Amino acid sequence: MAEMGFVIAMSVMTLFWGIIGGVVPWFIPKGPNRGVIVTMLVLTAVCCYLFWLIAILAQLNPLFGPSLSTDVIWYLNYHWA
Amino acid sequence: MCSLLRGEEMCLAQLFLQSGSAYDCISELGELGLVEFRDLNPSVTTFQRKHVNEIKKCEEMERILGYLLREVKKADISLPERDVNPVAPLPKHIMSIMEQLQRLEVELGEVTRNKDKLQRNLLELTEYTHMLRITRTFVQRSVEREPLQAQYEEFPFLEKDTMLEYSSMQRLGAKLGFISGLIQRTKIQAFERMLWRVCKGYTILSYAEVEEYLEDPDTGEPSKRVVFLISYWGDQIGQKVKKICDCYHCHLYPYPSSNEERNDVVEGLRTRIQDLHTVLHRTEDYLKQVLMKASESVYTWVIQVKKMKAIYYILNLCSLDVTNKCLIAEVWCPVDDIPTLQRALEEGSRKSGSTVPSFVNRIPTNDAPPTLIRTNKFTSGFQNIVDAYGVGNYREVNPAPFTIITFPFLFAVMFGDLGHGAIMALFALWMVLYENNRKLKNTRNEIWNTFFEGRYIILMMGLFSIYTGLIYNDCFSKSLNIFGSGWSVKAMFTEGVWKIADIRGNRFLTLDPNVTGVFTGPYPLGIDPIWNLASNRLTFLNSYKMKMSVILGIIHMSFGVILSTYNHLHFKKKYNLYLVFLPELLFLLCLFGYLAFMIIYKWLVFTAKDSRLAPSILIHFINMFLMQGDGMQPLYPGQTGLQVFLVVIAVLSVPVLLLGKPVYLYWLHNGSNRIGMYRFDFGDEFLHQAIHTIEYCLGCVSNTASYLRLWALSLAHAQLSEVLWAMVMRVGLRMDTTLGVLFLVPVFCLFAVLTVSILLVMEGLSAFLHALRLHWVEFQNKFYSGTGVKLCPFSFSLLPSSFEHDGLL
Repeated sequence: MAEMGFVIAMSVMTLFWGIIGGVVPWFIPKGPNRGVIVTMLVLTAVCCYLFWLIAILAQLNPLFGPSLSTDVIWYLNYHWA
Repeated sequence: MCSLLRGEEMCLAQLFLQSGSAYDCISELGELGLVEFRDLNPSVTTFQRKHVNEIKKCEEMERILGYLLREVKKADISLPERDVNPVAPLPKHIMSIMEQLQRLEVELGEVTRNKDKLQRNLLELTEYTHMLRITRTFVQRSVEREPLQAQYEEFPFLEKDTMLEYSSMQRLGAKLGFISGLIQRTKIQAFERMLWRVCKGYTILSYAEVEEYLEDPDTGEPSKRVVFLISYWGDQIGQKVKKICDCYHCHLYPYPSSNEERNDVVEGLRTRIQDLHTVLHRTEDYLKQVLMKASESVYTWVIQVKKMKAIYYILNLCSLDVTNKCLIAEVWCPVDDIPTLQRALEEGSRKSGSTVPSFVNRIPTNDAPPTLIRTNKFTSGFQNIVDAYGVGNYREVNPAPFTIITFPFLFAVMFGDLGHGAIMALFALWMVLYENNRKLKNTRNEIWNTFFEGRYIILMMGLFSIYTGLIYNDCFSKSLNIFGSGWSVKAMFTEGVWKIADIRGNRFLTLDPNVTGVFTGPYPLGIDPIWNLASNRLTFLNSYKMKMSVILGIIHMSFGVILSTYNHLHFKKKYNLYLVFLPELLFLLCLFGYLAFMIIYKWLVFTAKDSRLAPSILIHFINMFLMQGDGMQPLYPGQTGLQVFLVVIAVLSVPVLLLGKPVYLYWLHNGSNRIGMYRFDFGDEFLHQAIHTIEYCLGCVSNTASYLRLWALSLAHAQLSEVLWAMVMRVGLRMDTTLGVLFLVPVFCLFAVLTVSILLVMEGLSAFLHALRLHWVEFQNKFYSGTGVKLCPFSFSLLPSSFEHDGLL
């Protein structure tokens, strides 16, 4: 179950940024600005994907958990699933 | 794209201009703004050049135009806002413009002088009227009372003992004289004291202040004046008094001897003042008319004179050829624009009606051409921030196209807040949508101009900040819970780890990921929202952000090193690829790439179950250099061997980097007997390479650590944001409803003001600066030299106008 969530998130993001960085550049019309736009798309895809990937990998196997105050624990026990 | 990546290919060209059509050709070139002229007469001083007389005439016209503009500004006439662009006038039209300007100058001068004279006159008459009015009260008082002793009381500052009696003076037959006038209020005390000391009681001074402010004719400032009346006995006293009055800059007016005379004079003055007012009004109207007529064409004249002066300046840079019929000019021109250049020359020749056309001829050169990089309104901002560090060498790789994305991205990593990013993006979007609004474009406020020029940069920064804010899960210091947290508190209870009694007994309890069901998986988009509620939030975030900064830094630097291959390949120095690029890349990746690998490996492999044995990456990294590590648990089998291998490769790449290139070049130049196009100096080359090696190797270590500022600034931003929420907004939200609603409004205002000023402006500028530093130093010193010169094309639109500088236009 946990694995499923992770796999879905991973594939959705990889697909999304992969399309932006790898597929959309082929559809940019020829013109003086084509090179700049393609560079921008590829770099955006790489930077944003990398940033998201680091965030999710850092949380994949947590070595310690959050330390909550008892009020918060009381609230979360009843309100969050 | 080629242009933005590398810069245009430039060439040196010679223009052969026929003497008759030179002026027109250069006018055409100025309108186009394509080429940069070189000075062919560098040894000639400014006063010896050929067209110095024409330039003097242009400067004379500019002087008159400046005078005109100042007068127009003084009269508060607004210049018509028009987008006119008149072409430079032909030399034969110069005289007519000059005549018109000179005529205007003379006329304006006359009218202004007349007006000043009239105003001075008016002022004198007004003062005279005041004086007569006020001294009437002095004399009336003295006439009403009975004379003799009682009179002395009217003159407040007299001392009885030294004063001779009025009656006794009359008996002596001394003549009573009067001097009256006005003096500045600040001087009256000193004046009185002086009179007393000099005349010792033979004078009587009485004075009263004028209620209104009178204009001082010399300075034009309103000042308070005092009307005085001096009565004296004897002619000599009279002379002394007059001299003292001169000394104190008094305005003296004749004192009427009787009341009838006084009344006549007052009547006369009144009519004269009325007449003067009328004449003055007419003069001012006429002046305004003249100025309005001038203001219609002054703008055109300014541009025409500016263009003319520029053309003559360029003509001075050209040289005559041997036959003395043709002007030669040397220009730097982009190769792609040579046909346009040729067409412009033909157009100029056609306009001047010359039969022989001017033409352009490309010549080879060894000088390094200036760099030209064509940008549009979007890329120009990013190109400017790269150029601020240094303009690229000719045809060197330009970091600007990559900076368009990496600069806002690194800014956003340091700024990462959804709410603040959204505000910044909206502000930039407003500026972008209204960029054609004239008022926004043409303000004189320097700070606003800086922001406006960078509107696309700010827009990109805002958009990326929205994304990083989403990943950091930070929106005005609160987290969004879109997908449901991966941590479950219920599970701690259902598994029996916590009981109800625990809650009563303790203040803080820590969730344990080892317990089943507590941790159900990583949050799919960014940082889990539960960390916002945790007290050990920073422990987790600091570790995450530091590792993220190091990984991003290593990737950014590797990208920089890889970009240098473009330069090596373009400048046909393939040996650089093997002797410089390869050792650099190996050094960087073997040491710091391995560090990044270890970080990611630890994230993937070590779970909560092994949390006790989880190794410290830093200790392992240090041990790698010291070639130790037998006492520690290896991260993976074969770790020691691999690490030794990597360290050996890195250490071996240093001497290759240091010695490879100089030795290879030495061998190359010794093998062939020719010296080549330049003298090869082994010592010089070796020194350069040694400096480069030391800089690179030490730089790798220090630059990697420098990227930790990404962590530091994002921590600072998050903490400031949280403090603002907890200390300002929460105070307002916690009050109960009746009073709280009213109290919340000023609290929110304070919150908004502090958010904009501290978090958006101050933190924004700070993150901007640090992202800029990371680009300029850590990224660009891997491949960019930035010691080039920018092309300054001869273009009329780029010429500054001195009037705009003085704020007259």
